[in-house]
Amino acid sequence: MSALRIRRRLAPYALVLPGWLWLVIFFVVPTVSMLSVSTMTGNDLDGFKQTFHFSTYSDAWTQYHVQILRSLRYGLAATVICLVIAYPVAYWIAFRGGRYKSSLLFLLLLPFFVSFVIRTQSWQFMLSDHGMVIGLLRDLHLAGDHTQILQTSTAVVGGLVYNFLPFTVLPIYVALERVDPALLEAGSDLYANKATAFRKVVLPLSLPGVFAAVLLTFVPVASDYVNAQILGGSQTTMIGTVIQTEYFTNLNYPLAASLSFILMGVLLIGIFLYARLLGTDDVLEMAAR
Amino acid sequence: MTGELPPELSPDLIRGLTQPRVSRRSALKFGGLSALGLALSACSIAGTKGKGGNLGGRAWRDEIDKFWSEQKKKGHFDFENWPLYMDQGAKASDHPSLNLFTKQTGITVTYREDISDNSGYYGKIAPQLSAGQSIGADIIVITNGFELENLFERDWLIPLDQSRMTNFYKYSSELVRDPSYDRGNVYTMAWQSGITGIGYNPKLIGHEITGWKDLLDPKLSGKIGMFNNSEDLAAAAMCALGIDPERSTPSDWTKAADWLKKQRPLVRKYYDQSYADALAKGDLWATMAWSGDIFLKQADNPDLKFVIPEEGGVIWTDNMCIPVHAQHPLDAMIYMDYVYQPKIAEMLAAYINYITPVPAVQPLFAKEAKDATSKADKDTYATLASSPLIFPKPADFARLHRYRVLPSKERKAWNALFEPIYQS
Repeated sequence: MSALRIRRRLAPYALVLPGWLWLVIFFVVPTVSMLSVSTMTGNDLDGFKQTFHFSTYSDAWTQYHVQILRSLRYGLAATVICLVIAYPVAYWIAFRGGRYKSSLLFLLLLPFFVSFVIRTQSWQFMLSDHGMVIGLLRDLHLAGDHTQILQTSTAVVGGLVYNFLPFTVLPIYVALERVDPALLEAGSDLYANKATAFRKVVLPLSLPGVFAAVLLTFVPVASDYVNAQILGGSQTTMIGTVIQTEYFTNLNYPLAASLSFILMGVLLIGIFLYARLLGTDDVLEMAAR
Repeated sequence: MTGELPPELSPDLIRGLTQPRVSRRSALKFGGLSALGLALSACSIAGTKGKGGNLGGRAWRDEIDKFWSEQKKKGHFDFENWPLYMDQGAKASDHPSLNLFTKQTGITVTYREDISDNSGYYGKIAPQLSAGQSIGADIIVITNGFELENLFERDWLIPLDQSRMTNFYKYSSELVRDPSYDRGNVYTMAWQSGITGIGYNPKLIGHEITGWKDLLDPKLSGKIGMFNNSEDLAAAAMCALGIDPERSTPSDWTKAADWLKKQRPLVRKYYDQSYADALAKGDLWATMAWSGDIFLKQADNPDLKFVIPEEGGVIWTDNMCIPVHAQHPLDAMIYMDYVYQPKIAEMLAAYINYITPVPAVQPLFAKEAKDATSKADKDTYATLASSPLIFPKPADFARLHRYRVLPSKERKAWNALFEPIYQS
């Protein structure tokens, strides 16, 4: 075999190498080492040793399953609300945006020019018991002394929806943008009314976008740790906050690592079920784009 | 000063006090999180305990003296403190007492309000310190509690130069001299002390608050604030139950946790320093509070009041200390003693309104009140001079307890009980 042929044969592998390296360095190594940390025992003074102490997982679950399940609930609620809001917005921009499309998309992303924490803080300001929202409701006699939005689950889910909405809109928009208007014309030529054309043509074609949007929204929302901290109250802590505190404040690495794995596992199971429900072809198709 | 000095201080440490050193061991520990990465090959994460040495007390005091004799004034130091803990001039970034210090000594100060809770701050500096790096600050202010205990255990503080503490030994109060948590003031000098009690707004509640039991009132549902650190939270519950936190047993802890769980549905949120704004805004009607904050917030909302609960409150001390690898230890040392001059302590106390470590400030306030030309000034200084929050009376002290001090190894049960309460 000539050197040239060897090189030819190796070329594709060499080309994917950076991708593999990326995955190994930034995903495989951290994941495996975190897995190893999760079964260690010790404390930060004497150090942590590998003892294959698997009961950290069950301890973590007993101590914090409420927060894990709550995160999933909030994540689900926020994702559904995001979808309900995002779909019409994306539809409108894709089909009615005309020459303003890019300006509209820019407007959608405009809030990202201000720090995420500052935007969430200003929600805290608006929603406080004497802020503009409740103040107005109270003036209209719709709210009493004990009416409260801030530090409730409503405020947390609201903050999550607000902060992650663009992540839902964009993938749906991309999918809708690709729908050829000629298909709709063809539909109406075949006597489909507007609703039927939407149901039979546009909706199925946009599903991969919806699928991607749900993933892009649900996963970060369920593991978010900022909104619950700023807008939440005494019984709205999400698991992200707990993990952060265990890592950086209590320096209890095994507990934090096992909580991360439990969260990852729960999310993976959810995503798997969801992918089975919607069909994996769409996922692959979406991934290929 | 007393001769009681901790027996374990290694020559490595003395050498490392200013020179960052990177050994394989510290490289392993680098950044805490990258330690997790390396854990794969090492199969363990190294601890942060100092290596310890076999030197007798005498020998290592020589080492400390040697260390200090080698230090030179550099004309600058970095100071990390809590928010609203320094006198302010016309602008918030203007601090008259620091300016005066610079004028008199030629030492400039970079002042940062970077600390908003002990545990969060400790979590931030611990990885750097254990990696043998400077945290970029020469004075940090830490409350007597778990985190300060951690800093002692790990040998992460530079023992102070006792020969440069003249003002301290002349003017400091009994409360902060030779305190139980740092015998002989080996590592710390008090910045200010304060009381954890209850801050409230009688106008919104409709009546006065007298003790912790009022924070179980269902009528205040959603308007009660508690703290999100396990030391203050647990201490408050134990006071409510008539238990002295400092002498509490594990079964007392369980009772305290039950009290807190019972209270939880009424609690709006477990707060950090942000509780003070929430109280001033009216989101909170009654909340666990630190004495001086309420005094300050009365400027925004004159209705606010502070009470030492009848069942008992907690007294704590925030301490100036010099972390290892500090770049300007001598300049820091000069400043730490400087603030103990009554005149300077007065400037600070007039603004901060916590318990000043210098009792001689009280007659100074009284004199200012007498000499004041305007009625407003007269009233202000008279209020300051008679404030029980700045100069507590013996009867108040009788109701005040200290935190439970636990070495880090014994905290597992404590944390498992109280962390899930404020992280619920």
